[in-house]
Amino acid sequence: MQDYEINPDNFSGVMLLDALIYIKNEQDASLCFRRSCGEGVCGSDGMNINGKNGLACITPLNSLSNHVTIRPLPGMPIIRDLIVDLTNFYKQYEKAKPFLQNSKPIPAKERLQSPKSRSKLDGLYECILCACCTSSCPSYWWNPEKFMGPAALLQSARFILDSRDDSTLNRLENMNDSYSMFRCRSIMNCVDVCPKGLNPTQAIGNIRSKLIKNNF
Amino acid sequence: MKINERSYDAVIIGGGGSGMRTAMEISKNGKSVAVISKVFPTRSHTVSAQGGITAALGNMDEDNWHWHMYDTVKGSDYLGDQDAIEYMCKAGPEVVYELEHMGLPFSRNDQGKIYQRPFGGQSKNFGKQGQATRTSAAADRTGHALLHTLYQQNVKLKTQFYSEWFAIDLIKSVTGSIAGVIAICIEIGELLYIRSKVVILATGGAGQIYKSTTNALINSGDGIGMSLRMGIPMQDMEMWQFHPTGIAGSGVLVTEGCRGEGGYLLNVNGERFMERYAPNAKDLASRDVVARSMSLEIRNGLGCGRNKDHVFLKLDHLGSDLIKQRLPGIRDLAMTFAGVDPIKTPIPVIPTCHYMMGGIPTNRFGQVISIQNNGNESILEGLYAVGECACVSVHGANRLGGNSLLDLVVFGRAAGLHVLEEINNISNPVVSPEDIEYGLNRYLRWENNKNGEAFHNIKSEMQDIMQNDFGVFRTGKFMEEGFKKIAKLRDRLKEAVLPDKSKIFNTSRIEALELDNLMGVATTTAMSALSRTESRGAHSREDYTERDDKNWIKHSLCFEDDKIAYREVNMQPLTVEKFPPIKRTY
Repeated sequence: MQDYEINPDNFSGVMLLDALIYIKNEQDASLCFRRSCGEGVCGSDGMNINGKNGLACITPLNSLSNHVTIRPLPGMPIIRDLIVDLTNFYKQYEKAKPFLQNSKPIPAKERLQSPKSRSKLDGLYECILCACCTSSCPSYWWNPEKFMGPAALLQSARFILDSRDDSTLNRLENMNDSYSMFRCRSIMNCVDVCPKGLNPTQAIGNIRSKLIKNNF
Repeated sequence: MKINERSYDAVIIGGGGSGMRTAMEISKNGKSVAVISKVFPTRSHTVSAQGGITAALGNMDEDNWHWHMYDTVKGSDYLGDQDAIEYMCKAGPEVVYELEHMGLPFSRNDQGKIYQRPFGGQSKNFGKQGQATRTSAAADRTGHALLHTLYQQNVKLKTQFYSEWFAIDLIKSVTGSIAGVIAICIEIGELLYIRSKVVILATGGAGQIYKSTTNALINSGDGIGMSLRMGIPMQDMEMWQFHPTGIAGSGVLVTEGCRGEGGYLLNVNGERFMERYAPNAKDLASRDVVARSMSLEIRNGLGCGRNKDHVFLKLDHLGSDLIKQRLPGIRDLAMTFAGVDPIKTPIPVIPTCHYMMGGIPTNRFGQVISIQNNGNESILEGLYAVGECACVSVHGANRLGGNSLLDLVVFGRAAGLHVLEEINNISNPVVSPEDIEYGLNRYLRWENNKNGEAFHNIKSEMQDIMQNDFGVFRTGKFMEEGFKKIAKLRDRLKEAVLPDKSKIFNTSRIEALELDNLMGVATTTAMSALSRTESRGAHSREDYTERDDKNWIKHSLCFEDDKIAYREVNMQPLTVEKFPPIKRTY
């Protein structure tokens, strides 16, 4: 652990990311972290802040104690400082086959979807892949190779619940083993930390009941 | 210095909307393509686009691509090329349907069609029948939905990504064509020559030249810098869009869709002041017009807040349901960055640097245009540019809201298709060791500079100068001084030092390399702005307040050595009648 002392009056900006940038510019150029949009949409700056995963760019300094402990996202190999290796996280995302599958001929215009059907995607499509949820999940810590983790499962749900996708049975079958999805123990750390206010546990529950109803 | 080499048919630099749309087209047709992205692709800045993508689908109201074309030409203040604008507007509906077929989760209207909202500068029947409703949206997260959808399609197509790799410089072949790029793997610091028959630059914007910007920290104009160093001039760099509604203080974007949904701006007296400046379109006038009006209100002492330095964007009258359904992301951002819930309280906003209309000159197939010493234009073999870094030019002096996501997919696709047509005719380029060494110069300069100032101060000084002297309003005197200061900074940058020279995930090294590129953007912006002695679109001069069609319907070109040249605006569309310049009112 390395200690830095800063005075928030010495820089502009009110978020934790602003403080990290200030430290990098003024105190320690070697401090490394990912960052980009600065508004909680790109998902680059997930980190463990006082014991809880979150995005530095939308964490106001005044919401934190005077002494802030920052660690890299837990449960993932560390590359340097606050930067973790997300290779396995992305691999699990790809396992969800995160793209629309529709075997019918492509229509000349848009496929129709009622506002009600479309609303089923709310709370699912907004994921920014920041990995705050998956890296807070004890089931993922235990079985990162086999358990897909909350972020990837949220993607599965996003396509399973899309009225335009006709690959639901394949998608369910793809997860029908004792690890891919069923390792979720509803610990709900994912819900607690998601900076976008999403609910992966609920999404997993949703797929789980679909899977059971389909009698695989 | 010996470095490893890998070979592809095509290399795309940038994993945002335009780069990934190009990649899809090339990938699905079986050619080998590598996408180099300095961030994991879904972290590219396309993700921050909010309001939507404009195309004349006619889902909410009668519409026609030709009307869209008229609005875009007028919006560009007649600096846009009408052939490219026709091409884009005509292709609009098709590319939006394609996105829908790919799975983009568009919001829907009651008939289940793609939901569209009104945006600024849109009209029906060539400005004669009031506001059009033309911008397709996925709530207020359209860019996020679009970027993730395109990434997903590339996952499906198994496109090869070099994720968290940074492109340092282009490599020229012995015949002068572009033959790949030198890139560095950020994670381990390894250099690689990626050889290819064509390179497609899709490096996005460069708003980091300004202190206050809606742009992400990664928006450093890398493609602009690389092109300038290849001797390619940048086009219309004086044209920077200031978005009317950045959140005061942080600069975070608040979509024009807020006004499209019925929100409006207020001054300190609670007056809806846009009625005075644009009696017809009001708050949905073009962005340059609204941004200037806001700045004038603030200047005239009618700003809000303790320092009277912003105005308010009022949304509460839209009702809680509409805000939660159509503008949920804006509500989050307002609560996080302004501490206000727009369901109850207006959002403090201020014009903020948002978009670079200028960039690398291209034709409508994305091919980069080079200017020879005798002034003649030619196509630079092997190089394409798409998206914000390119200047086709469809946005001219002022971009309309929702036209940038359209630009990405239309010209991303067009470039991909053109590459496919050409690629079999291109033989493997021959590259000399000197050419490769050239591509390593910049890396080695940062590696070898030992005694000098640290670079980050130079960046913040540059941002201050650009903000003060090249903002919403400009005057010759301040711009001249500003340019001199920028030129001095450029000299200092050559001597500046990278304090941390480690190999593993050294983000300082990337920031230093980015700053070289930003400096190229800043100097060409300053010189082009200084040289254009009129007001047009986003370029608004206090010493030349009028548009001067007699002398200035021409594109500015600015080279790395600050030399200025000009080229004609193409006023001739492909199939329809041209739109001659008329006075621009809203």
